[in-house]
Amino acid sequence: MVGLFAAGVVLLNPPILGLVGGTLFAWPALYLYLFVVWALVIAGVALISERGGGPPDERDRDNARR
Amino acid sequence: MNQPTIIAVAIAYLLLLFAVAWLVEHSSGRLSRLTGSSLVYTLSLAVYCSSWTFNGGVGKAAQTGLDFLPIYLGPTLVFALGPILIRKILRISHANRITSIADLIGARFGKRASLAALVTVIAVVGLVPYIALQLKSISTGFLVLSGGGPVDTAGRSMFADGALWAAVVLTVFAMLFGSRSIRPGEHHPGMVVAIALESILKLVGLTAIGLFVGYGLFDGFGDLFTRAARIPEIRSIFESSGSHYGYSWISMTFLAALAIFCLPRQFQIMVVENVDERHLNRAQWLFPLYLLAINLFVLPIAIAGRMMLPTDTDPDSLVLSLPLATAHPFLALVAFLGGLSAAASMVVVETTALSLMICNDVVMPALLGVKRLGLAEKPDLTRLLLWIRRAAMIVIMALGYLYMSHNSAQFALVSIGLMSFVAVAQFAPAIIGGLYWRGATKAGAFAGISSGFLVWCYTLLLPSFARSGAFGMDFIADGPFGIALLKPYALFGLAGLDPVTHSAFWSMLVNAGAFVTVSLAARQSPMERARAAMFVDAVDSGEAAQIWRRTAQVPDLMSLAVRFVGREKAAAAFESFARTRGVDPATAVQADAETVLFYERLLAGVIGAASARVLVGAVVEEEPLGVDEMMRILDETSRVIEANRQLEEKSRALEAATAELREANARLQVLDQLKDDFVATVNHELRTPLASIRAFSEILRDHPDLPHAERLDFLRIVVTESERLTRLINQLLDLSKIEATGSMPAESAPVDLAAVAYESAAAMQQVFAERRVTLRTEVEADPAFVVGDHDRLVQVIINLLGNAAKFSPSVRGKAALRLRRIGEELELSVADNGHGIRAEDREVVFERFQQLGDTMRDKPQGAGLGLAISRRIVTQHGGRIWVEAADGGGAIFKIRLRAAPALQLSPAVAAAAAS
Repeated sequence: MVGLFAAGVVLLNPPILGLVGGTLFAWPALYLYLFVVWALVIAGVALISERGGGPPDERDRDNARR
Repeated sequence: MNQPTIIAVAIAYLLLLFAVAWLVEHSSGRLSRLTGSSLVYTLSLAVYCSSWTFNGGVGKAAQTGLDFLPIYLGPTLVFALGPILIRKILRISHANRITSIADLIGARFGKRASLAALVTVIAVVGLVPYIALQLKSISTGFLVLSGGGPVDTAGRSMFADGALWAAVVLTVFAMLFGSRSIRPGEHHPGMVVAIALESILKLVGLTAIGLFVGYGLFDGFGDLFTRAARIPEIRSIFESSGSHYGYSWISMTFLAALAIFCLPRQFQIMVVENVDERHLNRAQWLFPLYLLAINLFVLPIAIAGRMMLPTDTDPDSLVLSLPLATAHPFLALVAFLGGLSAAASMVVVETTALSLMICNDVVMPALLGVKRLGLAEKPDLTRLLLWIRRAAMIVIMALGYLYMSHNSAQFALVSIGLMSFVAVAQFAPAIIGGLYWRGATKAGAFAGISSGFLVWCYTLLLPSFARSGAFGMDFIADGPFGIALLKPYALFGLAGLDPVTHSAFWSMLVNAGAFVTVSLAARQSPMERARAAMFVDAVDSGEAAQIWRRTAQVPDLMSLAVRFVGREKAAAAFESFARTRGVDPATAVQADAETVLFYERLLAGVIGAASARVLVGAVVEEEPLGVDEMMRILDETSRVIEANRQLEEKSRALEAATAELREANARLQVLDQLKDDFVATVNHELRTPLASIRAFSEILRDHPDLPHAERLDFLRIVVTESERLTRLINQLLDLSKIEATGSMPAESAPVDLAAVAYESAAAMQQVFAERRVTLRTEVEADPAFVVGDHDRLVQVIINLLGNAAKFSPSVRGKAALRLRRIGEELELSVADNGHGIRAEDREVVFERFQQLGDTMRDKPQGAGLGLAISRRIVTQHGGRIWVEAADGGGAIFKIRLRAAPALQLSPAVAAAAAS
């Protein structure tokens, strides 16, 4: 998760953002780039949090508490 | 479309929402279970998307392109940190019944009202523009829809002022949703479901417009972009790379990331209304996905608007103007309702959260502090609380309306919103520092937040007034009194940044700097340190309760809680609390520190931590931790440490005992092995003579014609072997007999050891002669009486002499038998000049079954029982037997027995001995 955060910070901010410009198949490339990276970050978070909902021991502790 | 229709639709829509909320709170069926769903939680989080997203985002995109996106990228990134940051905030807030962001900061840095009040004031000042923005957006939308374009509102009558109507209607709804009743924990399930519903409508509205633009007005989005690219000024907006956004892009991402947990409405929904921590698992990706979905069509709509509408159209109302201009009034109505949803949800939640903060952290502590009012003694305060909150809502909305009507024309929606973001971002250093840094102090938080806020006022708020004409524009252009260095948009000459980035930079720098510096410089009180540990380590607060020594009567606390929470709820809460601690709620009278803490939290859930502390303090006898008390706690701690140490010691002792047991077990196994060996040896020893007796007997039977000499020879062998067999059997019998009789000798009569020595020596004379070993007998004490068994003592000495004969070298072997008196004891010794016995074996030879020498190589020269039997006999006589190294090599066995006292000898015996 922290890795995704770091990757997101780097990829979705200047100066990396400055590398993308022009058009791709008539679509603005920056528009495509931002949404694709964004979706990838979300998919990553979803994969991690839905796989186990965090570390299993933590989840067990939560259940025990309830 | 005429105005009454629009108003009717809008009111009907809001009423529908309220009906849903009402149903959720009053039905017990499926509807009320909705609040327990992670999907509803996620959708309600989307209250983040206010009308700023709905209308302002498109406006921004139409002017500058993609830089509306950082506002949504920031939260996405923070949610990627959900398990670390958000979960921690959730846990701490639930554990301490925190109901607002001011509560959180106040609870972390001491439950004193001042800091929480400061936070509240900043939140109100910072968010009034944001609320104004929502009103402006609604009124603009209303005008666009009814009149076909934004008109100057100045000349119109009060009744035609859409913003005023919107403000009034929304205030009423906020009251209905957010302050209908007082509940512990401040959950508003109805409001949450209504917000979730509005979030769906927002998404549907914007997506519908997007699809309509893409496929209704153009031939797909490719076509839209292709045609847009032909217009140079539009092309320049979206085709350029992201580089020209520069610092403002970064600062907006940063601000949005902080805002997602610092905005009071986000805190309200994300933390206070959260009913199950596990919902976060789903929300941390579903919420960013919602943000992505709602922004997907913003750029296409904006571009289409730029292409198709006249250039003087207000960019913030593009979403409405576009369907209207293309004669789709129904679509425009959907878009209007979407915008209304966005604005309404934001305003309702924000005013609810702010009114909570104002009531709990500013008004109530102040009122409770005034003794003359006697509020702490009033029987029922729930109504008072409700009215304070409602009044606070009205004040907030009024401020918002005033700000809007004063300022509205000057700014686009986005820049107003960002101004609020910078204001609430001032809480972030104190929150993050408070959660992760033990050294953060109240003074530091106070200094950081207040200085950051002042910088914000100077660099953003004052200029916004200046631009609206409150004082001259030259304040911005030249700085106050013409001091260029203090220009609010270029402080200390820092030019080239847009106002928001500029303000964010300076205020956050000053804020974090002051927070850290003052925290490091100031000393923490013990109380502060305890609280810091509670937050940073998120320890179980039950332990922390011990730090405050507070006692009270349960009925007192109960009556206090009843006044604020209501009788039923208070009783139910205490009952469940008492049950978890195994106390009977009916009989509990004396409240300990933990119970007091429970009541304080129960109250904190309703009136905030600061007020709860004041109230409980009035009931509770609270003694500040004195030196004695501190020593007691220290003492207890050291006792725990001592107990711990003892426990460790015990476990070490246990380990040692286990090791001993293991050793004993190993010894047992060795003994077991020895016994097996012994049985094998005895078996062998018994069989050997038997086999030879049988063999020679058979020869004698089968060969009657053997020569006489040979026959005699064989018979002699048979006899010898039989004797040997008898001896062996006797020895075994002896051993078992001795072991069975215990410590007393079989007979106890006076025995003359000298006679025994002579008798034994005589008996062994033949053996020594055969081995050609000389035996010397020296008897120095004669007579030497002991009490015991004559035959057994003879057996011992014969055995020792037999060994001496056996182990002395043939021909030059010398053995000696001595008897002498040493004090009260008599010593018999048998020496030889054989190999001797190694020191480590000198004890072993007396054990049963033990024979020296390699049993594999040497034929065993006995059963290994002689010495074992001897030792038992000597022990039974109360004496001892041992072996030493003899002077000239070889071994010397010594026996010491107690001499019999003279009076024990009967005269007859004495006479016999003398004769």
